[in-house]
Amino acid sequence: MIVTILDVVIAGLLLGGLYALIAMGLSLQYGVARVLNISHGEFIMLGALTTWSLFTAFHINPLVSLAICGPVAFVLGFVIHRTLFKRLLSSSASPGVFESNSMLASFGLLFIIQNIALIAWGPEIRGYSYLRVPVNLAGALFGANRLITLGFAIVIGLAFYLFLARTRLGKAIRAAAQDPTTAGLMGVNINLVLALCFGFGAAMASMAGMLISLCYPVHAVIGLEYTIIAIIVVVLGGLGSIPGSFIGGFILGLIGSIVTYFEPGLALAAYYAIFILLLLVRPTGLMGK
Amino acid sequence: MSIARVDWKKVWAPGSLLIIILVLLATLSLYASTYTVILLTSILMYVVLTVSWVIFSAPTGYVSLAPAAFFGVGIYTSAILGKALPLPAVILAGGLASFCLALLVGALTLRLRGIYFAIFTFGLVELIKHLLLWYEIKFTGTRGRFVIVVDNDTIYHVMFAILVILLLTAYLIRRSKFGLALRSIGEYEDAAAHTGVNVDALKTVTFAISAVFIGAAGAIMATRWTYIDPYIAFNPLFSFMPVLMAIFGGMGQFSGPILGAAIFGYLEEVLLTKFPYYYMLIFGIILIVTILYLPEGLVGLVQKLWRRISGGKRAHAGG
Amino acid sequence: MLEGEAVTKYFGGLAAVWNVDFHVDQGEIVGLIGPNGAGKTTLFNLISGALVPKSGTIRFKGQNITGLKPHRICRMGMGRTFQSVKVFPNMSVLENVLLGFLFGRSNSMSSAEAAREATAVLEFVGLSAVKATPAKDLTLANQKRVEVARALATKPELLLLDELMAGLNPTEVAQAMELVTRIREQGITVFMIEHVMKAIMSVCDRIMVLHHGEKIAEGTPQEIATSKTVVEVYLGE
Repeated sequence: MIVTILDVVIAGLLLGGLYALIAMGLSLQYGVARVLNISHGEFIMLGALTTWSLFTAFHINPLVSLAICGPVAFVLGFVIHRTLFKRLLSSSASPGVFESNSMLASFGLLFIIQNIALIAWGPEIRGYSYLRVPVNLAGALFGANRLITLGFAIVIGLAFYLFLARTRLGKAIRAAAQDPTTAGLMGVNINLVLALCFGFGAAMASMAGMLISLCYPVHAVIGLEYTIIAIIVVVLGGLGSIPGSFIGGFILGLIGSIVTYFEPGLALAAYYAIFILLLLVRPTGLMGK
Repeated sequence: MSIARVDWKKVWAPGSLLIIILVLLATLSLYASTYTVILLTSILMYVVLTVSWVIFSAPTGYVSLAPAAFFGVGIYTSAILGKALPLPAVILAGGLASFCLALLVGALTLRLRGIYFAIFTFGLVELIKHLLLWYEIKFTGTRGRFVIVVDNDTIYHVMFAILVILLLTAYLIRRSKFGLALRSIGEYEDAAAHTGVNVDALKTVTFAISAVFIGAAGAIMATRWTYIDPYIAFNPLFSFMPVLMAIFGGMGQFSGPILGAAIFGYLEEVLLTKFPYYYMLIFGIILIVTILYLPEGLVGLVQKLWRRISGGKRAHAGG
Repeated sequence: MLEGEAVTKYFGGLAAVWNVDFHVDQGEIVGLIGPNGAGKTTLFNLISGALVPKSGTIRFKGQNITGLKPHRICRMGMGRTFQSVKVFPNMSVLENVLLGFLFGRSNSMSSAEAAREATAVLEFVGLSAVKATPAKDLTLANQKRVEVARALATKPELLLLDELMAGLNPTEVAQAMELVTRIREQGITVFMIEHVMKAIMSVCDRIMVLHHGEKIAEGTPQEIATSKTVVEVYLGE
């Protein structure tokens, strides 16, 4: 009995770590750059499939892929923001218009990226095996790959949190999130910060994708579900709060693990039920303003 | 209840043209090939989806990504009830089911900021898909269902009827005080509320009305596919296409969405045969380019050029 | 006609409006003044239904309206204008006003009646010449008149005016003052927020002063002008 509970809890934490990571990335993009990037999941998918390719074709260690996927995705996100979203920002008559337009543009991006992935990797499900050695933790067995995933998720999350809290750039980002106009007046290069945030968000998605590929089989259409989960976590944590997304991710992961234990296949429905509850009671989320 | 009296002198030419087109379309099965009937059924379906989307999202500015969910609900209603009820009842049931879903979604999310509505509708199609998959695995044991078979001509006529009723509804809404109120919601929702407009109720009901047609269209299209499962029925593509078509065509008048749907409905057919692996890529790029460079859509562009050619300022066309 | 008891509203940890009592009697023109950030517009938002108070009650014509939605309060007979002018920019002046007739207190009008009444209201505020112009193309002063006309179209018994004279030049201010007087002559009670002291002092029967969310003074223009508390508050800013 205790083992089962521990099983479920640790599985929940593993899932939660992943959710926290993907949610933080989206939270950065929405909280600072004000782009509700519904193609977020596609970056996750790209990271996952790229890792698969690098592993199966070139035998590159997935953990090393992390160092490849992250920066590449960062550059991709940065460029996309500079070319697409910055233009939208200047052509949008009001923040509300920008919010809709950027969301719709990211909708287009979703289909573009998914189509490219389908061309590159085909629709088949891809998986690989790395470090699937069982590790004994307090009597229950967990794959080493899953524990590594949790570890990395926490490390990346904490590293990013410290980055935001301690470094100059991090503070600039937080200032831009709170009040872009004032931050701009105080000397922060707003356009650069927005693009950086978008890039960071994409990088986190891509790294999360790599970690996902470590634990689960992946294919070109997994993006949508992860985007939805990321969005629900962001709302749960509070739109615009990055620490909120971190915590919210773990909460949702635990809930997902519990629900899956009793009724596999209803996890997403459970998340939506939480979403509905939030909308009814506290739309601003746990830590939102 | 009309806001402005119809100026018959300005309307008779495009009005007669419209009637001629409608008559031609209504009698299509008498003179066109099966291929054309099937193609036009698809195009009419897209027009229904797009105009339905425009009825709510264009004036209010609330972006709905739910069409795919309503379409899927219509499809599944058809699959479930098709053998038990006559076709007209099935179509109505599809519309009704979507109506109820939309009321629920609207009541939940439309009293909050627009972003919550957009997010909720975005995930809706995936949620329903998951629920149905779970249900089918757990309770029925089989995945998917078979749908009754209906001949192509009937499918076409039903879709045509849905479209005509939709266009009438859209026109009446727009011309009525509710059309004015919807536009005011899109401009300054709080000012509209303070002028006596029950904004939450109006948004929700309009959203639900727009869903009826999408559900009905799904109910009839299901009969063309004969076998459906949650993956086929709940496809995010059916939220993407209306958005693309409306934005590309232009959302100010009705001609915009109709034009956009016709163009992309046909384009999809062409691309599916020639470049089946690239067409989503192309459409995605077109959407982004349109948002960036053609915010008023094709019709808006034509109007701008016309104004420039004919010179001087024209009075703002009310539509 | 309108009364509030211990109305309080917090934003985050800050009390925007705290324990405010007020009343506006029928036929009065009551002014609401105070330095920037005193909570005046917040109070209006609480009265008109745009915000819900944390505590306290607001009664309109004897009925408790605390927490009611704005459209309900509007249909009970309260109209308002906004500090940042919220005319519907892409709709014509006529359409802006028509909305008031179609959804305000007389919402069972035929379109012909509505059009006639709209024309009458536009004449009343002096905008007949521009009725087909999109509202965004008007001058600020005219846009404010459109807002007033739209509010009048809902057939209010009480009209809340939020800084009607902000941004107007002296001639326009005088015209606005005259409009307010004519509105009162129609039998409509007026509750107005204003910064333009001259206007408030000459037009209002009674004035309320807010500072940091609390009511610090109330009385006739004469009393307020000579009140030490009020003068200090304004000079100290």
